[in-house]
Amino acid sequence: MTVSAYVRGVETVLSLVAQLMEITINGEKRALPGHLTLAELLAELGLTDLRRVAVERNGALAPRDQWGKLQLADGDQLEIVHFVGGG
Amino acid sequence: MTNASPSDDALVIAGRRFASRLMIGTGKYPDLETMRAAHRASGAEVVTVAVRRVNLADRSAGSLMDYLDLDRMLILPNTAACYTAEDAVRTARLGREILGTPWVKVEVIGDEKTLFPDNAGLIEATRALAKEGFIVLPYFNDDLVVARRLVDAGAAAIMPLAAPIGSGLGIQNFTTLRILREMITEVPIIVDAGVGTASDVAIAMELGMDGVLLNTAVATAQHPPLMAAAMKCAIEAGRLAYLAGRMPRRLYASATSPLDGLIGPRP
Repeated sequence: MTVSAYVRGVETVLSLVAQLMEITINGEKRALPGHLTLAELLAELGLTDLRRVAVERNGALAPRDQWGKLQLADGDQLEIVHFVGGG
Repeated sequence: MTNASPSDDALVIAGRRFASRLMIGTGKYPDLETMRAAHRASGAEVVTVAVRRVNLADRSAGSLMDYLDLDRMLILPNTAACYTAEDAVRTARLGREILGTPWVKVEVIGDEKTLFPDNAGLIEATRALAKEGFIVLPYFNDDLVVARRLVDAGAAAIMPLAAPIGSGLGIQNFTTLRILREMITEVPIIVDAGVGTASDVAIAMELGMDGVLLNTAVATAQHPPLMAAAMKCAIEAGRLAYLAGRMPRRLYASATSPLDGLIGPRP
């Protein structure tokens, strides 16, 4: 590999890293590509039934009808919840 | 004589009629099939659920709902384990989003060991949620003044404990429940938490409570569907006894059979 090719490779990696954003989902930090809507993220997570979850973003409810429009940003805190047994 | 007729004796909360006065939970069952069988046997039309993070490694989000009869039962999300009004409000909003129904059982807990409510936080959460259009059923600490504040804050029903959550101790507060029954007439009173077996439920209903919400007593019975059936009978028996109006208590005997016509000498 030539030096210039090596430099280009490093630049590519660095630019990809720069486009990554860190999102906290249910308390767990994840690095994700920079352009992602909430709907795309939920599809990516592979949950079996999206009709049965609700999502909060940075402490505020993210209504289902806005998932497709909601662009995620670096540092976002998401809570994805569902119903479990309780009294 | 009470004028309510048992044939038309529905429980009405926020304008919705319930044929059953039993509300049942979904926690602590050995498995979901057993839970479903117990729910059917109970006849309950209100079922509580908790709102929790999805396990992203497991992904089977919402599987509990496969075991709930959504056509017959009203799902009542709770805010269990919330320690601030703010967290209770957030949790209630999330719960509403899942099914789109505005009903919520509000808990704001103040103490970990007893799970007794933080009444100040509870009143605050009840007011905030009622303003947002929720039908709010707060779990509280059997205190008359708190009950009045909750009604003022917009509670659709109030839910005093009878003993600590999950304790199975039975009705520990006859006096305060009776006082609540006499003093609070604006909204239904549902005993929430503390019953251990069917007789506890019957006693709550005989005291004039409008219903009982329970979970652990059925879920952790040796045979949950059988205990659920017992609870159904107890709700009905206790309610009928309340409507019938019990006889006064006497310290001494009062002969049931006449003294006239005895063949021997009169005592």
